[in-house]
Amino acid sequence: MNTTMFRSGVTLAVIAAICTALVALTYRLTAERIVANEQAWLERSLQPALSGLFYDSGVTESKIIIPPPHELPGSETAIIYRVYAEDAPVAALFIVSARDGYAGPIRVLAGIDTMGVVTGVHVLEHRETPGLGDRVESTKSDWVKQFNGRSLLDPEPTGWAIKGDGGQFDQLTGASVTPRAIIKAIKETLLYFEAHSEEIFAAAIPETNKEEIEQ
Amino acid sequence: MTSPGFIDRFKTGLWHENPGLVQLLGLCPLLAVTSSFVNGLGLGIATLAVLIASNGLVSATRRWIQAEIRIPIYVLIIASLVTCIELIFKAWFPALDRSLGIFIPLIVTNCAIVARAEVFASRNPIGSSMADGFVMGSGFALLLMAIGAFRELLGQGSLFARMDMLLGGDPMRGLVITDGGWLLAILPPGAFFSLALAIAIKNSIDRRQREKRQQAMPGRGRHASQ
Repeated sequence: MNTTMFRSGVTLAVIAAICTALVALTYRLTAERIVANEQAWLERSLQPALSGLFYDSGVTESKIIIPPPHELPGSETAIIYRVYAEDAPVAALFIVSARDGYAGPIRVLAGIDTMGVVTGVHVLEHRETPGLGDRVESTKSDWVKQFNGRSLLDPEPTGWAIKGDGGQFDQLTGASVTPRAIIKAIKETLLYFEAHSEEIFAAAIPETNKEEIEQ
Repeated sequence: MTSPGFIDRFKTGLWHENPGLVQLLGLCPLLAVTSSFVNGLGLGIATLAVLIASNGLVSATRRWIQAEIRIPIYVLIIASLVTCIELIFKAWFPALDRSLGIFIPLIVTNCAIVARAEVFASRNPIGSSMADGFVMGSGFALLLMAIGAFRELLGQGSLFARMDMLLGGDPMRGLVITDGGWLLAILPPGAFFSLALAIAIKNSIDRRQREKRQQAMPGRGRHASQ
């Protein structure tokens, strides 16, 4: 009896060692590419808010992480990337969560230049209904493009709503909850930027970010 | 089990014992990811790769594995292989990995894989077991692709959209037939309807063939052919 148990134990240990070696080897072979892919994905997903801007800084290095609670929309961690040209601030990119989506929070990227004008909006993550709310994705419709060039002066804060609610932004047929949530999040981000823009650009680049990138 | 020819085995995996259509195994990923052709194809390839490798490994180690501990060992082997596949997807098909999300790690729970390890790979030589993994995995992958294509066509009016996730390059819109479609098809109920339809079509084809055979050989009784 004892010898059978011993043999079973040894067999399990040997197989576990082989399997672990297999995973470790695959990890060694893929780790570099995975890190590079994630970096590339991040840069690509920031692109919609960077188009048309002139900048010479590495955007992802100037990350500020703002853990909740904060005054930005959403109860999740907000991220700000700062964009510079010749050391002068150009724009700030915000990743925030719109709280009142139809199916949970919507992760939104919004770029705002130093004049407080929206440079681009992109929906990064959501769980809205396919075919209805998901048209806020830039691959499915041009809905998010209507924010380009808008600011708190154009339209006035009361105009930051869908047309059905007396505002100036288009709605999506069959989905008004999703656009409402996104418009509100962008408006709140603009208000935050208006109040805090100096602090945002003055904050030093945390050393940990640099290490993270170099790894 | 006698050793049937490869073509017969292929027919078995693709049709007579298709893991999804007949054995109804691995329905969770089947229903969850088939909202488009490329998702079905991606998960199909991942499952196929795991199935071939797990059948191979289980068969290679079958002489040393005591019956009492075979299940934990299968779980260990399958979980490690799925982790490897997940890393490979993250490295070479990052967009597809994002689209399939949790369903790549969840291949571990696809009972079609444990079933083949237990039923086939643990009692057959390596070559034959890997071939079995290939035919069974292909059967599952083809079903995923068929349902994915069907739901994408009905639900979004397109076919083969976003193939760039697998092939690389700029986003591809695929064949656009109409703009927008019948929403129900890409929602979860659409998955159940599509699978039910696929099973119904298969059963009706099988029945027709059986009837034809009976007419050709009237001497054999109705029940004998069952």
